[in-house]
Amino acid sequence: MQYKTSFFLTCIGQFLVSFNMFLGVYFMFQRFHSVNGFRFHEVLLCFSIMLMEFSLAEALARGFDTFSSTISNGEFDRIMVRPRNEIFQVLGSKIEFTRVGHILQAIVMFIYGILRSDIIWDYKKILTVLFMLIGGTLVFTGIFLIFAAFCFFTTEGLEFMNVFIYGAREYGKYPISIYGKRMLQICTFIVPYALIQYYPLLYLLGRGKNWYMFLPLLASLFLVPCYIFWKVGVRHYKSTGS
Amino acid sequence: MRKYLSFFRLRFSMGLQYRSAALAGIFTQFIWGIMEILVFRAFYQSDSNAFPMTMQATSSYIWLQEAFLALFMVTFMENEIFLSVNNGDIAYELCRPIDIYNMWFSRSVAHRLSRAVLRCMPILVITIFIPKPYGLMIPKTVTTFLLFLLTLILGLSVAVAFCMIIYMLTFFTISAMGVKMIAMSLVEFFAGAVIPLPFFPNPIRRWMELLPFASMQNVPLRIYSGDLTGNAIQDVFFLNLYWSIFSIV
Repeated sequence: MQYKTSFFLTCIGQFLVSFNMFLGVYFMFQRFHSVNGFRFHEVLLCFSIMLMEFSLAEALARGFDTFSSTISNGEFDRIMVRPRNEIFQVLGSKIEFTRVGHILQAIVMFIYGILRSDIIWDYKKILTVLFMLIGGTLVFTGIFLIFAAFCFFTTEGLEFMNVFIYGAREYGKYPISIYGKRMLQICTFIVPYALIQYYPLLYLLGRGKNWYMFLPLLASLFLVPCYIFWKVGVRHYKSTGS
Repeated sequence: MRKYLSFFRLRFSMGLQYRSAALAGIFTQFIWGIMEILVFRAFYQSDSNAFPMTMQATSSYIWLQEAFLALFMVTFMENEIFLSVNNGDIAYELCRPIDIYNMWFSRSVAHRLSRAVLRCMPILVITIFIPKPYGLMIPKTVTTFLLFLLTLILGLSVAVAFCMIIYMLTFFTISAMGVKMIAMSLVEFFAGAVIPLPFFPNPIRRWMELLPFASMQNVPLRIYSGDLTGNAIQDVFFLNLYWSIFSIV
């Protein structure tokens, strides 16, 4: 928070970036009124929840995002010698508040989506949204964790991981089912995006089965393999010596 | 002229060195292209009457966009320039007996070209073999292809000239972060990088097509896919030429 102007400009920039995505969706729906059975406000709900999850994870797990520099400048050696868990130290090393821009936009869209939709809210649905937020944030954190763990082996960040990180944000704006069946399967069983986005959304809109609401919690189990991979990475770690 | 050419050569060969980064980039762009096409396919299946281009033309548009990403994306700016303004090295550059605008211009063009040359070939070759409506199509006539190349060059010069304006702005603001981000998202929107311009509603679209941003990638890609033909090409060609001359001056 030291550089105030830069902070606000970055916030505005972030806002514009996701606003662009929103405009893209908006103009597509001006022309086509529904896609695969989803209408505009339903897609907005989906988009806004995804964006919130993503930005929360990004704000919290920023330390993993810039982890390659932590390794290459030898910072990680210092972390290793402290008698505390490495993950919490990396998590605490950096928290990004500039993601406020994204989150603000997501909240606006979320409110609009709710007002336009005809969902009857009860405690179960509110709980579902909460589950989605928690599960989604955890899944994205897990992906950042994998991203960081790869750095143990390559020292550099890997560009192809961006597919999972930014690709999920970019294309998570539409319910995953529109990408076809194959994509839905991949996103259900390999990387659990569909569990935090598509299935609970169906439940919210009153089209899914009841147990769909607990799927985001199941998705947070995704953290376990990520954590194991991280542990393997830590054991493999050799200092760069600088 | 010779010294600018040598700047161009230097930068071009420097850019060619990063091959593994290019490989990773190609992979990423493939996935993005596939996802993008899947989105449009879903819309196409929902309501094919409202689709402003053919599916084939849309796919070609997307693949070309991925292949030539480096040419038009305003995001790829030269960080060295921002750095040198920031830490004062710019003074040395200004001392040289050459025009700084031309030097940076030739450098940026070279940088973009080298990135694009490394990346476009594999994408173009593979996507031509993807089955019919989802792959890249071969242009209908030779003239279409030539016009495509011509507008591609003009589009590149508009994009670079726009970046130059931003570089110049950093002389005043020193830190370019905010300006850069805002300019970038505006350009991406108006240039048809978010969704292709034909997908916008007509009244807005007519304005957007007149803006210089449309000349960057919208025009060449649409000429290639056969979406623009005949007189329309003539109009946009002169518009394109006009903007490239205007923004350079």
